[in-house]
Amino acid sequence: MNLERRKMLGSTLGVAVAGLLGGTSIAHAAPEDVAARIKELAGEAEVKSGAITLNSPEIAENGNSVPISVSVESPMTDDDYVESVVILAEGNPLPSVATFNFSPASGEAVASTRMRLAKTQNVVAIAKMSNGAVFSDTREVKVTIGGCGG
Amino acid sequence: MAAKPRVKVPKTASAGDIIKIKTLISHPMESGQRKDGDGNVIPRKIINKFVCDFNGSTVFSADIDPAVASNPYFEFRARVTESGTFKFVWTDDDGTVIETEKNIEVS
Repeated sequence: MNLERRKMLGSTLGVAVAGLLGGTSIAHAAPEDVAARIKELAGEAEVKSGAITLNSPEIAENGNSVPISVSVESPMTDDDYVESVVILAEGNPLPSVATFNFSPASGEAVASTRMRLAKTQNVVAIAKMSNGAVFSDTREVKVTIGGCGG
Repeated sequence: MAAKPRVKVPKTASAGDIIKIKTLISHPMESGQRKDGDGNVIPRKIINKFVCDFNGSTVFSADIDPAVASNPYFEFRARVTESGTFKFVWTDDDGTVIETEKNIEVS
């Protein structure tokens, strides 16, 4: 009986907390928005994995400033280089985070920045090569405190 | 708005080296998502573009959305084959342009 009661207490508490969190939610980009953006970026090209690596912490305590870095394997010569890398976030109010534009003079297609994450979500990086190939990588980042100042 | 950029570029390098460049600029990066005490949306005001040129040609640039954290930080690479000047340009939503330059000696 006692155990039953504890369970009950726990679940009601859970509901109360969920309600509290739900109350402050604002419009978020859906994974579908991100998928649509990827389609738009890739055009006819098939989106492949590999070549691009997205690095971020598994758990971000503060969503206001989450370090991320991307690197793309490429010789970075005049006729074979990485044109751009687009960073998208599935759970932010706006999916776009940043676009890095590289050139053969970059030497290596490596870049890092710090981004805002509203909640736990997938971050996607899409690389566009000069020959038209498109690569992507996805990482889930768990966010303890969201970074949208809602 | 006194945005002070900070840039780290090696002073010297050998020809053909790939160097690491770090940049940071003080800026609140107001996202346009936040509300003030009265529930009014605080208008967006961010750095929306960052460009790094070397001796007049662009090496790296970034198109920036509000999801980039305040005091935007960028780290990237450049292959240097000759001595010259890196020019860094940040553009604010209000049209303000902030520039700084760094020289590198390549041997």
